Amino acid sequence: MVETSEIICVACPKGCLLQVKHEGKDIVEIVGAGCRRGKEYAICELQDPRRMVASTVRVRGGLHSLVPVYTREGFPKPLIPQLARELRQVEVTAPVKINQVVLEDALGTGIDIIASRDMPKIT
Amino acid sequence: MKHTYDVIVIGSGPGGLAAAIAAKENGAGDVLIIERDIELGGILVQCIHNGFGLEIFDEDMPGPTYAQHFIEKARGTGVDTLMDTMVLDITPDRTVYAINKSQGYIQLVARAIVLAMGCRERTRAQILLPGSRPAGVYTAGTAQRFVNVEGRMPGEQFVILGSGDIGMIMARRLTIEGAKVKRVLEIMPYLTGLTRNYVQCLLDYGITLQKQRTVNRIIGRDRVEAIEAVSVDESWNPIPGTKEVIPCDSLLLSVGLIPENELSKKAGVLLDPVTNGPYVDDRFMTNVPGIFAAGNVVHVYDLVDWVTEAGYVAGKGAAQFAQAEAIPEGKQVALEAGENVRYVVPHKLTKASLAEELVRLQMRAVTPIEERVLVTVEDQDGEVIAKKGEPYARPGEIISLTIKPKSFEAVQKAVKLTVNVRKRK
Repeated sequence: MVETSEIICVACPKGCLLQVKHEGKDIVEIVGAGCRRGKEYAICELQDPRRMVASTVRVRGGLHSLVPVYTREGFPKPLIPQLARELRQVEVTAPVKINQVVLEDALGTGIDIIASRDMPKIT
Repeated sequence: MKHTYDVIVIGSGPGGLAAAIAAKENGAGDVLIIERDIELGGILVQCIHNGFGLEIFDEDMPGPTYAQHFIEKARGTGVDTLMDTMVLDITPDRTVYAINKSQGYIQLVARAIVLAMGCRERTRAQILLPGSRPAGVYTAGTAQRFVNVEGRMPGEQFVILGSGDIGMIMARRLTIEGAKVKRVLEIMPYLTGLTRNYVQCLLDYGITLQKQRTVNRIIGRDRVEAIEAVSVDESWNPIPGTKEVIPCDSLLLSVGLIPENELSKKAGVLLDPVTNGPYVDDRFMTNVPGIFAAGNVVHVYDLVDWVTEAGYVAGKGAAQFAQAEAIPEGKQVALEAGENVRYVVPHKLTKASLAEELVRLQMRAVTPIEERVLVTVEDQDGEVIAKKGEPYARPGEIISLTIKPKSFEAVQKAVKLTVNVRKRK
């Protein structure tokens, strides 16, 4: 059965409202996209929605008690709550370097979680 | 430590860092950043989410990564820094008074100054929220600092007032950290932040946004126990029969940002009552010769990339001023907000500027137009000097327009320039 889902595209700040006609995960038609990226976004959103996730992990001996981290690439949306719980268990030791992997292959997705800044040792 | 500097930059957020780097790159000898925090980067340090750098780097970076790029660049160009130092006063002749723990009271002189103090959040007192005064009422940015830098959760059950970007981003952040965000209330009939944040931060996590609805009263004696929400009409008057009590232990306010200009005022810098920031020309120089301003201290931007760009322009102007002792005055023409434009920055355009490079104007619309618009810069006779089409105009999103060197001749003849945002015919 063909259904219609409304998706707001976030590929750019314009925020087009897309009407996506689909049968299950097979797309029949996309209306309302201002550009090609909108169509790509709609396909992704329907078949395998992903988001960049940013959070923090504990750091021992650092200038601050936390170091900010993020997913190296878009992370499967349904797994985000589980990832958040996982990250609360991670602890690293200062100094931390930017792009340092703090959690490898998160939840078996093949995606690494990396530090988004240096965290120097407290002096 | 030195006593005299070519350029002193106050604040090390994205605007200040870019200004310091540009000052160095444009020939200033000694450049000093004074920062009150213990590290460089300003508010970007607590903005751990992605979405920075898309304009400048064509890359999607978290705030701390974006900041580190410019911190390293500033260090690489030999910018001096004075950390953990509070500037107390600036005089119109560019003496800077500051204080810190190791040196005590410091007096410095600059040939040029760049103000880059950023902005502050509007607080409960400024929006006159009625009710008792319990603990648990925070501005969104304060909560952001607690959660992202200091590792403390400010509460468990939240209501957020205001659909600004920081509020929506905090709604997502608190949810990821295990809290419950029960509602986001917006007094305006439209979203005040970016649509993409509505999708990624609220829709994704099933957080309800209610427009034309606000906090009527805060309930609780020692700690917030609930808030009473109410619908409002166009003039923000409560509509009878629309009250709802929402139990929660915390209320976050994301109700706007105000440029931070206490120091500017002491230096004799005049402020635009619409932007709450200094009147600036296209080099971001204020009315006080040699005092420049960059970034959110001038007007509140929605993208950090534009703040960096403004910092570069101001830093370059400051370096030139410091070396020449004065920038040749040059004739200037006023830029005024016209039809459906709340404000435009810069306020004045130096006519000679266009001989070499383009000048970027940034403005905000008064009311939303959800169809194609034409943005124009017109002279006193309605002659169009520059124009640009946009798919829509929304007060929450800055509109940017450049005047190119090809308009040099037309601008020389102009007495006044007006900027308009109109529906496309």
